[in-house]
Amino acid sequence: MTAGAGPDLATASGVAGVRGWSPQRMWSVAGAVVLVACVWGFYAWDGAQTTAVLGGTVRAATLLVLGAMCGMIGERSGIVNIGIEGQFLMSAFTAFTVASMSGSLFLGVVAGVSTGLAMGWMLAAMSVGLRTDQIIAGTVLNIAALGLTSFFYDRGRSLGQPKYQSIELGPLADLPVVGTALFNRPPLTYLALVLVVVLHVLLLRSVWGMRTTAIGEHPGAAATVGIDVIRLRYWNVTLAGGLAGLGGAYLALESVGTFTRAMSGGRGFLALAVMIFGRRTPLGAYAAALFFGFTTALQGQFQLNDTFDIPAQFVGMLPFVVTIIVVAAAGLFGRMRDPAALGQPYEVR
Amino acid sequence: MVATAVSQAEPEVLLAGHGITKCFGPVVANDDVSVELRPGRILALLGENGAGKSTLVNVLFGLHRPDAGQVVIADENVELSSPHDAIARGVGMVHQHFQLVPPMSVVRNIVLGAEPRKLGMIDVTQARRRVLELADRFGLHVDPDAAVEDLPVGAQQRVEILKALYRDARVLIADEPTAVLTPQETDHLLDVLRGLTAQGVGIVFITHKLREVMAAADDIVVLREGKVVGTTTPAQTSEAALAELMVGRAVDLHGDRFESGATGVGSAAPAEIAADDAAPTSEAMAADDPERPVVLDIAGLCADDDRGQRAVDELSLEVRAGEIVGVAGVEGNGQRELVEAITGLRHATAGTVSISDRDASGARPRQVTVIGVGHIPEDRAKHGLIGSYSVADNSVLNRYFKRPFAAGGMLRRDRIDSHARDVVATFDVRTPDVESPADSLSGGNKQKLIVGREFSDEIDLLIAAQPTRGIDIGAIEFIWHRIRERRDGGTAVLLVSAELDEVLALSDRVVVMYEGRIVATVDPRTATREEIGLLMAGAAPGTECSVAGG
Repeated sequence: MTAGAGPDLATASGVAGVRGWSPQRMWSVAGAVVLVACVWGFYAWDGAQTTAVLGGTVRAATLLVLGAMCGMIGERSGIVNIGIEGQFLMSAFTAFTVASMSGSLFLGVVAGVSTGLAMGWMLAAMSVGLRTDQIIAGTVLNIAALGLTSFFYDRGRSLGQPKYQSIELGPLADLPVVGTALFNRPPLTYLALVLVVVLHVLLLRSVWGMRTTAIGEHPGAAATVGIDVIRLRYWNVTLAGGLAGLGGAYLALESVGTFTRAMSGGRGFLALAVMIFGRRTPLGAYAAALFFGFTTALQGQFQLNDTFDIPAQFVGMLPFVVTIIVVAAAGLFGRMRDPAALGQPYEVR
Repeated sequence: MVATAVSQAEPEVLLAGHGITKCFGPVVANDDVSVELRPGRILALLGENGAGKSTLVNVLFGLHRPDAGQVVIADENVELSSPHDAIARGVGMVHQHFQLVPPMSVVRNIVLGAEPRKLGMIDVTQARRRVLELADRFGLHVDPDAAVEDLPVGAQQRVEILKALYRDARVLIADEPTAVLTPQETDHLLDVLRGLTAQGVGIVFITHKLREVMAAADDIVVLREGKVVGTTTPAQTSEAALAELMVGRAVDLHGDRFESGATGVGSAAPAEIAADDAAPTSEAMAADDPERPVVLDIAGLCADDDRGQRAVDELSLEVRAGEIVGVAGVEGNGQRELVEAITGLRHATAGTVSISDRDASGARPRQVTVIGVGHIPEDRAKHGLIGSYSVADNSVLNRYFKRPFAAGGMLRRDRIDSHARDVVATFDVRTPDVESPADSLSGGNKQKLIVGREFSDEIDLLIAAQPTRGIDIGAIEFIWHRIRERRDGGTAVLLVSAELDEVLALSDRVVVMYEGRIVATVDPRTATREEIGLLMAGAAPGTECSVAGG
């Protein structure tokens, strides 16, 4: 299932395009081929469990890729966003609360996205407008979100209706292996998939994407050709917050169906690892998100059917241990350079 | 957008400033300055650092608003509130530090901010076509699809020029455009600028290099301390006269051994040159003397650059006591990595370095210092000084841990301060007191502080990297004298400089570095700039220049 995304890990690397096949690209493609072969093998061996793991993979990946896209828009513009965790949590809370009170899942999603936008704007105001240290600005969001949602958390409240249900996409859903995993999903998953493709094209091909790269790499140069660096950074960081907001709504209304304390559970930070591993491109990030999602799904499946006699807490560590190993081994895929102006506030002369 | 430049009615004056005055606090950067640029001409703005050249062009380009005076663009009085106003009126700037986005392609860099578009996407075909048209028309050839970071500096500069032309510039302001170029690239650039003037473009050319002014300018305006001190043309003046105007007194840079002239200034004082050559010639000759001990001995040294590419490639070099060996080369040919590998700032991947017969391969910076090596690093802000520390603390950065500056793990403030006062007095560092932060000093005074620090201990070897970059002639003069003094006192000196003039003026022996190797050794007394320029550009050394120095 990562066959399509494999080569993209490499194409995504260069803003100026790719010449020939780099070793990283060969590794990515080889890895993708092996992965597809394995998945196919397991599917032949135990169809039901493989389908369940693949479904779980896509479910976990959706949240991660939304967060990663939020992070990459910011980072490509030169702003580090470590507040994704807080953006997830806060928007999950408002999405759930609004959906529960109004009885409309759609209004819940609107509330979640709006919350994400508002938090994105707050991050922009702190790190772009006031030129606060960006790490501190993000931390402020995380702490605020945890505090506020815990304080207003209402244990007794329930959604009062079923969460978003799967929609079968006709015959596509009957495909072997990927049918259920990709084409029999609830609506926000489809939306996220569309956003991945659209944002990928926009970032790499559009005028907006090019200007975004410019303000993250060399804001001074962008300013000399008439690009309003501050304004574009504000817009980008704010709009990116909407993606994290959608992630929060997805978490509460589609993935879980309720709100619990600190339910984002570190996945906002994991999204940053996904972003870096995906080389700050949406398709790359989706490939990475599927990989991390797979470890999450596998972990869930292990706990479910007691395959190994290991305490659940240790099995639950799997995604995080893999994160550490993978990020440490990411050198295998070639070191990627950060945007040159990342983390540096821009000051108009 | 592109083809209009020539067809419009010719304005009489392309760009002018009348009575421009600009103050920054108590500092008067421009005092009633008037300049005028007409179509098809090259106006050279000449002056030392701090003379007000940059302030003036920043006013003309809309970056600063003048306190008094009038800016004129294309015969019209204008008020510029930002560079965009200037750009919109056809004024383009070729910045000294290129305003390019390194990982983006040439085409994208050129069209950035004024992109041809189709449904919000960049119309790549059209952008590419326009860029190629422009490149063709002005003879500025460059690969449109290459990433800017992969291009040599000369090509990056062409991109910068194309960027201005793409925006219909009829005036190009070029800020020290030759600072980073080889002599050949410089000649090429001057040709390109000439070609632009033939198509009606006017050029403001900022420089402190007299030779280029004499070669390229139609009109010359000399600035000193914010005022216009001379308006002339190359036909009416000479390099010596310009130098005197620029500095305000006759300049003596000593050891200016040939007519072509270091910074072209030396020809002002031929008598002193003769005197200089007579006295230390014995020293200079002795430099080749095998009796003198080899102080720095590098054999088969290899080192990688920050991207992991080999930058120094099996390089071998000897520097003897009492000689200055100059390393000439275009920046980025491994000079930085060579210096860092010698001084312990960079890991050498192969080869040996020995200093005064002691193995210093893989030594840490402090060990290198303790052996008796002085290092004037190329980036004084990054490696030379700690800006927020006081002048006093900076004056002992290389020795604060030793007696008499430290005892029992505690710093001896009194000793440090009195040492700092010595350095400040001896090396003419202009600072209110030794407690001021190093950041508050001007570039030239920072550099004098570094030189003072490195010279205040006994050293056998001096590594001087770009020792006079970006400082005024007075300070250059001072530092050159000090380096020569050290040489005459028996110190071995390795001089690395991007300024060929500096290398030629100071060195007893010149080695040319190209792609991490030493491709030739030449005698600065006989070699010409052209020969060395070719070697710097990678031409195979001819027999006549490879035999020198031995």
